[in-house]
Amino acid sequence: MAENETFEPVIVGFTCNWCSYRAADLAGTARVKYPPNIRLIRLMCSGRLDPTFVLKALAGGADGVLITGCHPGECHYLEQNYKALRRFLLLRRTLVAMGLEPARVRLVWASAAEGVKLAREIETMVNEVRALGPLHWGQGSPNGALAAIESAAAEEVTA
Amino acid sequence: MSANVSKPKFAMYWASSCGGCEIAVLNTGPKILDVDAAFDVVFWPVAMDAKYKDVEALEDGAITLTLFNGGIRNDENAELARLLRRKTKILVAFGSCATEGCVPGLANLSSPQSVFETAYGTLTTDNPGGQWPQPSVQVPEGELHLPVFASTVRTLEQVVDVDYYMPGCPPESHQIALVIDLVIQALNGKAQLPPKGSTIGAGPSTVCDECPRQRHVKKIKHFARIQDLERVDPDLCLLEQGIPCNGPAIRNGCGALCPRAGAQCIGCYGPAEGVVDNGARLITAFASVIDSNDPAEIERILDGIPDPAGQFYRFNLAGSLLHAAKPAWAGGPAVK
Repeated sequence: MAENETFEPVIVGFTCNWCSYRAADLAGTARVKYPPNIRLIRLMCSGRLDPTFVLKALAGGADGVLITGCHPGECHYLEQNYKALRRFLLLRRTLVAMGLEPARVRLVWASAAEGVKLAREIETMVNEVRALGPLHWGQGSPNGALAAIESAAAEEVTA
Repeated sequence: MSANVSKPKFAMYWASSCGGCEIAVLNTGPKILDVDAAFDVVFWPVAMDAKYKDVEALEDGAITLTLFNGGIRNDENAELARLLRRKTKILVAFGSCATEGCVPGLANLSSPQSVFETAYGTLTTDNPGGQWPQPSVQVPEGELHLPVFASTVRTLEQVVDVDYYMPGCPPESHQIALVIDLVIQALNGKAQLPPKGSTIGAGPSTVCDECPRQRHVKKIKHFARIQDLERVDPDLCLLEQGIPCNGPAIRNGCGALCPRAGAQCIGCYGPAEGVVDNGARLITAFASVIDSNDPAEIERILDGIPDPAGQFYRFNLAGSLLHAAKPAWAGGPAVK
């Protein structure tokens, strides 16, 4: 697709304060490069990730969502990352049932020392989502999904 | 249906709905006589003969109270929503369809094309010519029109401004009676209406709050459909027994009818107060009680919920953050 040659995906990334955010920080101080397509949001813990955040990102125009946290067994809050894992698996099943390509939502564990690993994971995800093309669930507005559908409905009515 | 013109005017309309909301209103029993005593019913297709042009002839804002049930499936629904909004002071999105899309909103999982294929082309339909309804057709007498099928089902508030929301599929009759009482008292200056945008005729909490079943620490090793279980404990929380009960995220107001009767809550009263997306809240609730930290075992437990989109969005896909699945909005209009 010609559109995909110039298409730059927008990925919303959620990081946890204790591991993956520090990994991203480390990637920065170590001058490890990763694509600028990702917008990182810091949470205190991956267990804080309400699935609403992911749905809102997708409805608002994101092409993909990356969820990151501490490795299993290493959560600063003991085992909240396991909750994040269970939520992620159930959320991904729901989104796939709604027609979303599974590669657009991804869960990655990264410790504070794994700046290079996180950078590589981001690169892989950006490349995969770029290959999938734009999502256009929304048109970039907070209520994008609906705006797009309403304009489509209006076209039908006037057609 | 008195001709007394000094009484405030009342209307009730059904858009894309099943008619259950109308029956729930009639189920209020003698309370329906209070409606007739307090209001002049000007438009209510299920109960009286009135034409759209009668409504058009009214002055803007002439109707005091309109209960609008049904979602917005086609352009006739949308036109009536806009017309009644113009003519009405207090517009209530009445029932699950108008507030959140309800079961007809599940059509938002499929393309309009496949909705038509199922409706007009499957075994249960006798349609030898394979014909689909067309928005317009030429006959010797002139051109005939049918309402145009929109690409998705929308809620009332996605089309017009709504004053109050009354959830439920259908709203419970005792809740309807309370709301009718409140409006009549407010009209007589004896009570105040809640702020615009409020949810009326329902509680602020969750179904679990009204459910009498015993609850302990929830740890679930497998989900099962209720009909596949040999025995369901009559006193124990259904979710603890592995039955996917939507109670934890669903608004109360029904009195936990289904769990009391031994069936899981399916979510007809919509999301509880403060919940942005019903499905997201249910995903959180279900994921929290799964008793495993092993990805493979978690996947096996989740196989017990074969239709997650239907489980979490049975009543409010149209009102959810994503509104519709990809095939619905990526498919284009239903044409053949």
